[in-house]
Amino acid sequence: MDCTGKSQKYTYIAILTLFLSLLLIISSANAVNSEVLVEDTTSAFIPNAPTYVTATDYKYDRGESAIVKWQLSSDDNSTGKITGYEIFRSEADADNFVSIGVVLPGENSFRDKSTENGVSYIYGVVTLYNGRTSQMVLSEPITPGTEIVNWNLLNLFIIGLLIAGSVIFFITHAKRGKKLFIRKIAGLEAIDEAIGRATEMGRPILFIPGINDMDDVQTIAGITLLGRVAKVVADYDIKINMPVARSIVMTVGRETIKEAYVSAGRPDAYSDDMVHYITDEQFGYVAAVDGIMVREKPATCFYLGAFFAESLILAETGNSVGAIQIAGTAMPAQLPFFVAACDYTLIGEELFAASAYLSNEPKQLGSLKGQDVGKFMAMMAIALGVFGATIAEAWGGSFFIWLDEFMHRLFTITN
Amino acid sequence: MTNIGLIISFLVIGVGLLWLFILALKGREVDRRIIFIFIGLAVSVPLLFRISFSEKATPIVRDVFYKIENLPEGSNILLSYDYGPSMAPEVEPMSNAFLRHALAKNHKVFIMCLWATGQSLIATAIDSIIKREFPEKINGVDYINIGFKAGGQGVLNVIITDFRKMYLTDVDGVNLDSVPIFKGIKSLKDMDLLISIGGGFPGVKEWILFAGAPGNIPTAGGSAAVAAPLLYPYYPKQMVGLLGGIKGAAEYESELKKVYPQFANMPTPGIAMMGPQTLAHLVVMAFIVIGNIAFFVNRRRKP
Amino acid sequence: MKKQVPLTITFIVGVVLILSVFFPPVETWGEDFSLFFDIIAVFAFFLGGGNLIRVHTERIAKKKKDWGFSIITILGFLIMLAAGLFKLWNPGDISADVAATGSLFQLLYDWMFNPLGATMYSLLAFYVASASYRAFRAKNRDATILLIAAFIILLGRTPLGMYATGWIPESFSVLQIPNLAIWVMTSPNLAGQRAIMIGIALGVVAMSLRLILGVERTYLGMDID
Repeated sequence: MDCTGKSQKYTYIAILTLFLSLLLIISSANAVNSEVLVEDTTSAFIPNAPTYVTATDYKYDRGESAIVKWQLSSDDNSTGKITGYEIFRSEADADNFVSIGVVLPGENSFRDKSTENGVSYIYGVVTLYNGRTSQMVLSEPITPGTEIVNWNLLNLFIIGLLIAGSVIFFITHAKRGKKLFIRKIAGLEAIDEAIGRATEMGRPILFIPGINDMDDVQTIAGITLLGRVAKVVADYDIKINMPVARSIVMTVGRETIKEAYVSAGRPDAYSDDMVHYITDEQFGYVAAVDGIMVREKPATCFYLGAFFAESLILAETGNSVGAIQIAGTAMPAQLPFFVAACDYTLIGEELFAASAYLSNEPKQLGSLKGQDVGKFMAMMAIALGVFGATIAEAWGGSFFIWLDEFMHRLFTITN
Repeated sequence: MTNIGLIISFLVIGVGLLWLFILALKGREVDRRIIFIFIGLAVSVPLLFRISFSEKATPIVRDVFYKIENLPEGSNILLSYDYGPSMAPEVEPMSNAFLRHALAKNHKVFIMCLWATGQSLIATAIDSIIKREFPEKINGVDYINIGFKAGGQGVLNVIITDFRKMYLTDVDGVNLDSVPIFKGIKSLKDMDLLISIGGGFPGVKEWILFAGAPGNIPTAGGSAAVAAPLLYPYYPKQMVGLLGGIKGAAEYESELKKVYPQFANMPTPGIAMMGPQTLAHLVVMAFIVIGNIAFFVNRRRKP
Repeated sequence: MKKQVPLTITFIVGVVLILSVFFPPVETWGEDFSLFFDIIAVFAFFLGGGNLIRVHTERIAKKKKDWGFSIITILGFLIMLAAGLFKLWNPGDISADVAATGSLFQLLYDWMFNPLGATMYSLLAFYVASASYRAFRAKNRDATILLIAAFIILLGRTPLGMYATGWIPESFSVLQIPNLAIWVMTSPNLAGQRAIMIGIALGVVAMSLRLILGVERTYLGMDID
């Protein structure tokens, strides 16, 4: 009996069977794949997973965000084969993945905004197709942390530093006694004349500091002007009426007018009733102020602060009672109404410059000069940007394209 | 009625303006109370006597109209009511016109809002437009109201990828998965057109920036006149078109009436309000001319 | 001391708010300071309300001119306060939504407050006309350009604009008044608005620096001379 021969034979049969099986498996796998390539709607289709999933700490925050990135699935080829990607997260020491977001096909990043500082996470990404998901591909663990400085805002910081620096520079420069030229602002020149008119006519002055609260810089600008107006009012012994729409503004207004009367040497002439609260409600306030104007017929009306739709109602009513009106606001939509209806209007930055202008103090005037430097920088940036974008669009040219992109990047804040 | 109204208005206003014009030639300024009377007449007479003018849609309005018109029947249109009662007189004609047009074309209408005050306005629109003029339309099949969710553009950031992460049910508490209209709808990307109506924040701009542009979804808007200039730069690339103020609403209504005879008798508040607006503008222009005449006559007289 | 404390607080809060933008660890401090202001403002409501009551009560007591209107003011204040505080006619209990349908608060809001607000708002229609009459005079070149632009916008926002210039061929459609009106709003008007906004932003920066550094102190009642 030839056992060796028989065992060899069986071995060959086994090897051949194995080889044929492998061939069968490989070819059927290809067939399945090619079927998938040809027909996406088979019920057995499972999309390919994305690859190279990475997670990094989002810069720059307090450890509240992480960025997850991946390479697109090979089935993501803009033919609608997949419906998106789903991102999962688990704490690194626990296997409890929860879904934290879904993105569209073609997108390869996701920002998780709900992390905790110092906690380690692992992210997983799957490809989606009609309720089916691919295998989840995991990232390495990451621990979001706090960064001290938000370098994304470096552009903003540099521009802010330049503008603030020029303001501070000119404030210090002016202290050395150098005379600075400030153009005439008609509205501010007319304040004394307006108050004098009230004195001659024996009628009160109405001062409206806007309808916003003290956290609005326009209201603060109005109150600083109130101090100057109140000083003249105290000197000339005229009545001033200041209805307000916010309680804190009432308190600050009272303090300002009281100090003005004290500095004028007439503290006894001051009364708390000069500043009184009406209502927070916009049209209720303007109805009350209109009533005051029609009944008391002030000789001069000041509108200095933040206004909204009520600006024209106030200005027209003041005009109807024959008052001289000086307005100032930084609300661009309301400026046309004040310009049309008032005698003098402080446009935007003139309101903020008013206190410096009236004080004539070198320190304050210097800040106006610094503001002008900022405006010059803005004009140069606009000119460069428009020039670069126009030439790049019309004729191309690598320099102009670079200039256009540079200006875009310089003034884009990413956060 | 309209003819009597036209005659009365022309007589009163026209003769009055002529008289003031003659006074202006003599250098007399007009008392502001007379201006108020004329404005009052100019606004009330067209309303009382239903004076209206035919409108022709400008390209920016026409583009929105024909976008809805040319979409295949049964397309998905999302309407977002991003305004409150104070803005309603100006923008409600637009939202009603969009609703009528979309339903007349048998599109599927998805209604929502990013303003809390929009909810009651949606309810009013459904009661007064859909239930009354389109009684055959079925809630959950032809239209659906998914209501308000707080978060402004944050809501858009979520529903651009998955509606159900923000909305699980409609306003009546019915699960979205059980309503036929939401079958196959996963996100805003399944919409064929987004329309935001409003004039504040969040509004049309947020829909463009956080939904239309990133999701490459056609977006149109209806805005209060005061907010419209800030949106014109987005037309036509990021925005299909825009209805700006009551004029935009009137243009859209007139186009709707022209193309759909069944809307011949529909209420057209936009067109109706153009009567007072037109007459009031004419009166204002007349007074400006009169004022300038008086000004120049007086200036010439002064030595 | 009386003035140094507020100046110091202003400096610290101002610097922290600036730093909170650039340094993430102190980001919440900026938010906290804003919340502090909101809390103070809420307490200040009592000041304002109390002042309103005191002023009008005094007018009634001393029968000053127009004291009858003060009665209406105080009645309105008290009724609205009671309606909201005690949930009068509210279908729910004391913890229900203050503006629930059918509540006295909601009724007063819908039937008095809203119509009164709309009435005041409607005054704008009349006042725009009288302001336009007074303001749009062709005194000089700039005023004339403004006048022409006003006419274009006024006509462009009515059907008459299209009637008047609808015959202009499509290739020159920008000259049709409605399209011209849109061009005026989106080009020169928007450019001017943006320029003003840039100036305002710089003015805010300069003013804020003056306040933070203590250069500007008039709002505290100092340096008024």
